[in-house]
Amino acid sequence: MQLVLEKRTERSNTIALVSPLIAIGLTIVTMTILFAILGKNPLLALQAYFVAPLTDGYSLQEIAVKATPLVMIAIGLSLCYLANAWNIGAEGQFLIGAVAGSWIAVKTQGTDAGAWVLPVMLVLAAAAGALYALIPAICKVKFGASEILTSLMLVYVADLLLDYLVRGPWRDPNGFNFPTTADFDPVATVPVLIEGGRLHLGSIIALLVVAAAAILLGRTIKGFEIRVVGAAPRAARFGGFNANQLIILTFAVSGALAGLAGIIEVAGPVGHLQPGISPGYGFTAIIVAFLGRLNPVGILIAGLFLALTFIGGEQAQIAMKIPLDVTKVFQGILLFYVLACDSLILYRFKLVFPNRQVARGAG
Amino acid sequence: MPAYQRMLDPTPNGPHSGESPLLTTVGLTKRYGDFLANDSIDIDVWPNEIHALLGENGAGKSTLVKAIYGLIQPSAGEIRWRGERIVLSGPSEARSRGIGMVFQHFSLFDNLTVAENVALGLDGRESFRDMSARLEQVSKTYGLPLDPKREVWQLSVGERQRIEIVRALMQDPKFLILDEPTAVLTPQEADQLFVVLERLKAEGRAILYISHKLEEVKRLCDTATILRGGRKIQTCNPRRETAASLARMMVGGEIREVKAAAGRQTTIPRLVVNDLSLPPDEPHGIRLEHISFELKGGEILGIAGVAGNGQDELFAALSGERLSNDPGTVVIEGIAAGHLSITKRRKLGAAFVPEERLGHGTAPRMKLSENALLTGHAASGMVHHGFIDTAATLQTVDKATETFDVRKAKRDPEAASLSGGNLQKFIVGREILRSPAVLVVSQPTWGVDAGAAAVIRQALLDLASAGAAVLVTSQDLDELAEIADRIAVMFHGRLSAPLAASEATREKLGLLMGGSSLEPREAAHAVGA
Ligand SMILES: Nc1ncnc2c1ncn2[C@@H]1O[C@H](COP(=O)(O)OP(=O)(O)OP(=O)(O)O)[C@@H](O)[C@H]1O
Ligand SMILES: [Mg+2]
Repeated sequence: MQLVLEKRTERSNTIALVSPLIAIGLTIVTMTILFAILGKNPLLALQAYFVAPLTDGYSLQEIAVKATPLVMIAIGLSLCYLANAWNIGAEGQFLIGAVAGSWIAVKTQGTDAGAWVLPVMLVLAAAAGALYALIPAICKVKFGASEILTSLMLVYVADLLLDYLVRGPWRDPNGFNFPTTADFDPVATVPVLIEGGRLHLGSIIALLVVAAAAILLGRTIKGFEIRVVGAAPRAARFGGFNANQLIILTFAVSGALAGLAGIIEVAGPVGHLQPGISPGYGFTAIIVAFLGRLNPVGILIAGLFLALTFIGGEQAQIAMKIPLDVTKVFQGILLFYVLACDSLILYRFKLVFPNRQVARGAG
Repeated sequence: MPAYQRMLDPTPNGPHSGESPLLTTVGLTKRYGDFLANDSIDIDVWPNEIHALLGENGAGKSTLVKAIYGLIQPSAGEIRWRGERIVLSGPSEARSRGIGMVFQHFSLFDNLTVAENVALGLDGRESFRDMSARLEQVSKTYGLPLDPKREVWQLSVGERQRIEIVRALMQDPKFLILDEPTAVLTPQEADQLFVVLERLKAEGRAILYISHKLEEVKRLCDTATILRGGRKIQTCNPRRETAASLARMMVGGEIREVKAAAGRQTTIPRLVVNDLSLPPDEPHGIRLEHISFELKGGEILGIAGVAGNGQDELFAALSGERLSNDPGTVVIEGIAAGHLSITKRRKLGAAFVPEERLGHGTAPRMKLSENALLTGHAASGMVHHGFIDTAATLQTVDKATETFDVRKAKRDPEAASLSGGNLQKFIVGREILRSPAVLVVSQPTWGVDAGAAAVIRQALLDLASAGAAVLVTSQDLDELAEIADRIAVMFHGRLSAPLAASEATREKLGLLMGGSSLEPREAAHAVGA
C-alpha cells in the first residue's frame, strides 16, 4: 500500500476556507501531545494558552497590542507573497524602522521640540524600512540574487546595528549601564487610546492598513497587477505588467510597513529603544500572512490569533512553568500545518494498492 | 501484443458478433452547479474500434473522457468495463484497469529527459534502467522513435506528443483516449500517428478519439458519436457520412460560409517590420533573422510554417513582450515602436492574440472579467484613476459572449473552466471588440470547432474590411487560403517573401516550409528528397 498525492482537477473552494482551521486543529492536537510529554496537564495548558487570555480586559488589550505589529507586517508580506516576491527579512526591516525613528526621539530628548516629533519619527521609520527592504529587492532584480537569502541575512545586520547603538552612542547615561536609551519624551510617544490602558494609536493605524490593503487588492489596477504577476507570470507579462517593478514596489511597501510597526512598538508599548524589542514579530508575521490566506481580513483574524498565543504563552509560563519557547514551537508547528493543508486545496491523498496494478510489458 | 492478433478485419460498424463492448457508459451525467456538461450519455466502445467523439466546443467531449479516465467524478450514471460496473477513484486506478489517456495539453517537464518524464508518469516501481529499456523497446515496436536521453525542450511538438503516447502505451492500455491529438501536428506528423493508431486497433485495443477535423475522422474512425450541448445526438458510421453532414449533426444546422466583403480597400501601411533580427532570449529559442514585411490597412497577411521556426519569437517581438534596441524595427501606425512596451503598443491601436490560451492569453485561475482587464486596462476605459471599473469589465465579457457565442456555465467563470474553443472565442472577441488598428494573432482556430472557426475567421475578415491590418500565424494552410491576401512562410527564424494568395499553392508553401527556396532547380531537388 502506498500513499500518494494526486492533483485535483477541480480546485476545492471549501478546503480553501477550512484549511486554516484544519491546520489550527492539528496544531492543537500536536501541542496536547507535547504538553503531555513535558509532564503538564494538557487540558490546563490549553486552557492557559487559549481561554485564560480571553477572560480579562487587560489580556484582551494586550492581545490587540501584540496583534498590531503582526498585522501590519503581515499585510506588507502578503503583497510580496502574492506577487511571488519572497521577503523573509521583515524582522530586519522592523528593527531598522525602530532605529531610524528612535534617532529623532533620541536627538530631541529633553529639548522643547513640539508635536512634529512623532509624525516625523513615523515617516522616517517607514522610509528606512522601505530602503532597507530595497536592498534585497534590487539585488534580486539587478543580479538575480535570491531575495530569500539576502533579506534573511540583513535581519542579523539590523539586529547588530541596534545592539551597537544602544550599547554605545545612544545609551542612557542614567541607565545603570543597561543597554537601552532613555525613555522617550511624551512628544515622541505613541498615545494610548484609553487613559491608563495599553491600547494605543498603532492599533488604529493597523486597522487602516488592513482597509487600505483590502481596497488595493480588490479594487485597484495595482492590486490586480500584484495578483496576476504571482498567479500567472506569463499572462502578466502579456498584460503589460512588469514583474521586476512589482518586486521593487512590494518589497518597498512591506519594508515601510514593517519599519512603521517597528517605531510604533518602540515609541508605544516599549517606550525606549533596547535589544529584544521584538519577540520575532517579523518571522511570526510570515505565519500570520499564510494563516490569513494572504487576504487582508484573514490576516487581521490570524494576527489576533497568533497574538493570543504570545499572551497565552506568557500566562502558561507564569501559571504552569511551561517554557516560553514552547510558544515558538507552537508557531512553527502551525506554519508547517498551514502549508501542508494548503496543498490539499490542489492535491488530495490517495491510497494505492500495488496488487491492483496490471502486469506491464507492452510491446 | 500477439495475444490479440487472433482477430479478423472487423467490418466497420458491423455487428460485433460474439463480443461485448469493452467500455460502456450508461446515463453518464456531469453537473457543474446547475449546468449540465454531460447529460445522460450512453456510449459503447468495442475492441478493435477507433471511436470518434465529435461535437462543438463545449459540447462536453473532454468532460466525458475525463470521467472515463477517473479525473472527475460523474454526478450520475455509471461506467461499465467489460460489462461490469466500475467506480474510478482517480486516473491511477483507471490506468491500472487498462484505460490510458493522451491529453490535449502535454504535462512534460522541459528540463528533464524523455526517460525521466516517462518515469514520473508511471505508477510502477520498476528500476529506472528497466523502465528506460522498456521505453526504447515500446517506441521501437510502434515506430515512434524517441531518444530517452534527450531533454524535452529540444523536441518538436510532435515528438513531445510521442512521449505522451509511448508513456500511455507502456501501461499496455486496452482502451486509449486521445483528446484532439492532431490539433498541434503537421500533416506529416498526423499521418504517422494514424499508422500507429491503426496498428493499436489491429492489436485488439479500443481507441476513443476526439477531433475537430472531420476529414481525418472519416478516414480513420469506424464509429462516431456526436455530442451537442452535453447530450448524445447520434452514433453513426463516419465513412457513410460527409464532412458537411457530420458538421450539421454537431451544430444542428448549417455552418456559415466565410466570405470576404467585396472590394476591400487597402490603405496606408499600419504595421511595418524593418530588418528585425533578435537573438533568442532563452537557451531553447530561435534567432530571428532579417525579417521585413509591410502590412496595409484592410489586408490580411498569413504566416505559414511548421511550429517552432520562430513564430513565437516573432510574436513576442511584435507584441512588445520582447523589446528591440532599434525602435525602427517595428512600426505601428507610423510610429517607431520597437522599444515600446506591450501596453504602449496597445495604446497605439495594436491588439494581440497569442497561441497559448491558458497561462499566456489568460490567467487560468482568474475570472473572465479579470482576464478582460488583463489586456483592456491600457486602452479600454476599464480603469479610472487607478480604480477598476468592474461594470466595464463585465460588459466586455457580456459583449464577447454575445458576439462570439461563448458558451459557459455562468456569467463570469474562471478562464480555466471554459472549454478550449470557447475560451479562444472569448480571447479573440476581447481583442476584436476593442476595434484595433493592427491585430496580430497566432493560431486563431487551434482546437476550435468548425462552426466557431468560421465565426472567428469571419470576424478577422470583417476586421480587415473595416480597415485594420491583420497578421495571422497558422499551421493550417486551408485556413490561410481561406482568409489571407498574401502568405509568407517562416523557416529557421527567417521569413520568405510573401506570395499572393492566388499563387500560394500547397506545393510552393510546402517547399518553403521545408526550407527550400522557390528557385526551380532547388525546388526539384527538394521534391526528390
Ligand atoms: N470545472 C468546470 N466548472 C464549470 N464548468 C465547466 C467545468 N469544466 C467544464 N465546464 C463546462 O462544461 C462544458 C463542456 O466542456 P468540455 O471541456 O467538455 O467541452 P469540449 O466538448 O471538450 O469542448 P472543446 O472542443 O472546446 O474542447 C463547457 O461549457 C465548460 O464551460
Ligand atoms: Mg475539449
